[in-house]
Amino acid sequence: MTQFGNSKTFDLYSALEGSNLDLPYIESGIMAGFPSPAEDFLDLSIDLNQELIRNPSSTFYARVKGDSMNDAGISDGDLLIIDKSLETTNGKIAVCFIDGEFTVKRIKIEKDCCWLVPANTDFNPIKVTEENDFLIWGIVIYVIKSL
Amino acid sequence: MFALVDCNNFYASCERVFRPDLIGKPIVVLSNNDGCVIARSNETKALNIPMGAPAYQFQEIFTKNNVTVFSTNFALYGDMSSRVMSILSTFCNDIEIYSIDEAFLQYDGFELFSLEDIGKKIKQTIYKSTGIPVSVGFAKTKALAKAANKIAKKFPDKTGGVYIIDTEAKREKALKWLNVEDVWGIGHQHAKRLEYHNVKTAFDFIQMSDAWVKKNMSIIGLRLKRELEGNRTLEIEESKAKKTIATTRSFDKNYTTFDQLKERVMTFSVTCAEKLRKQKCCCNAVMVFVHTNFFREDLPQYSRNIVVKLPYSTNSSIEIARFAAIGLVKIFKAGYQYKKAGVVVMDIVPDMPNQLNIFENSNPKHKDLMKAVDKINRDLGQDKVKLAAQSLDRKWKMKQESRSPRYSTKLSEIILVKA
Repeated sequence: MTQFGNSKTFDLYSALEGSNLDLPYIESGIMAGFPSPAEDFLDLSIDLNQELIRNPSSTFYARVKGDSMNDAGISDGDLLIIDKSLETTNGKIAVCFIDGEFTVKRIKIEKDCCWLVPANTDFNPIKVTEENDFLIWGIVIYVIKSL
Repeated sequence: MFALVDCNNFYASCERVFRPDLIGKPIVVLSNNDGCVIARSNETKALNIPMGAPAYQFQEIFTKNNVTVFSTNFALYGDMSSRVMSILSTFCNDIEIYSIDEAFLQYDGFELFSLEDIGKKIKQTIYKSTGIPVSVGFAKTKALAKAANKIAKKFPDKTGGVYIIDTEAKREKALKWLNVEDVWGIGHQHAKRLEYHNVKTAFDFIQMSDAWVKKNMSIIGLRLKRELEGNRTLEIEESKAKKTIATTRSFDKNYTTFDQLKERVMTFSVTCAEKLRKQKCCCNAVMVFVHTNFFREDLPQYSRNIVVKLPYSTNSSIEIARFAAIGLVKIFKAGYQYKKAGVVVMDIVPDMPNQLNIFENSNPKHKDLMKAVDKINRDLGQDKVKLAAQSLDRKWKMKQESRSPRYSTKLSEIILVKA
């Protein structure tokens, strides 16, 4: 590990194998002259795949269409990161499949029924009954939006 | 003990993960070029639509029964498979990925644990995490684990999708239930011969003498017999490189000229070479085959293959394509309407410093060239760099009229959710 004078030691992170994020790469080869002192530290980069995705095997992505979740910070065109492996608990935002389509809503579990609660006063909560063709597909863990 | 974990109707199940509306409905998945049925959901099986059914013959039946038809979506199936396998590998260190949808796990020294519980946990975890239903069979040997899995799959209500053959009585019962043609490793030919000798079940099979089995089915058959008798002869195999790699396609229409076929064979060679380089291997032989459309009995039929032994081992696209072309020249005959061709690279060895041949050697410059080509094609998209013998303007298109989106591997094709 390199140390500069008395400055603190640097933490080195190893690159995640199989990640899609390219790490900067410099071909050293055999060159004359003074080597770049920065070269030893090029693997200090942030890999969002590793930071945001705990369970790669159960993580999927989805695109949002509609405004019913605006007040929860989920808007039209946003990208959702979904983890299918997580348990559904009261208050979680989930991607559900109801009567033939995917929808994203907050889950409210009551004694004998379940509500899909929008985050926009223009929309009404949906009561899920036995008559609905319904399943909770996965839990939303992050929203990526372009500003 | 071994566990065999097998995904139920894997391709159909992959489609259903992203189309929950199709749960409980009949689905078929068609082969490359939408040729014939290669996967069916249980509902389709109940309609007596057989495996391998030619799509064009069954069109009416599909429509009449509301069968949803999918073209193959190997990007999706491959990704879902790797998810399932990577979850499995968290359960057990000794794992052999046997095919795209099944894996053996070795559970030695788990006497104090309930295998039933482990099986259920595997099943639940995979279903919850990926949406893919699996069945789990446990037994003392791999062949029996296969049989246990079949039982788990066949009787989901009774077994809950997990079945353990752990007593002699269960083993005997399973073997008496299992048809000999469904025994792991007994092919259609052997099954026919066995049936001639009145061997109908796996149990009948192990009553045959060792000598007969060895004579008629070689040492492999004998090993299988041992396995079914409950004597462990097969172990978990380390993931090893494939022994052959094949790239074959049916054409969208019939081809008649040498140049048309050559272009295809060149492209298949390049694909095989890419696969070789991906698994860091070289091949020592290349097989090329061509044939006409066997279903068109009104047309003259021709089918021929040739194995070209290479003077040195290689994984260079250029070299493999060149040898494949030599093979094609030898087997091509004018006057036929060709429907299918393929390139199979064989005698695969690890890509190591080659034994030098005194007269002829692989061009060492190709190694760097191929590295560069692979990198460009990886970065800029498939087939940006081609051999000149591959047509430049031609975009080879597979007939894939009903392929589902690549939900899990392409950002532009992910699911849409209403908010």
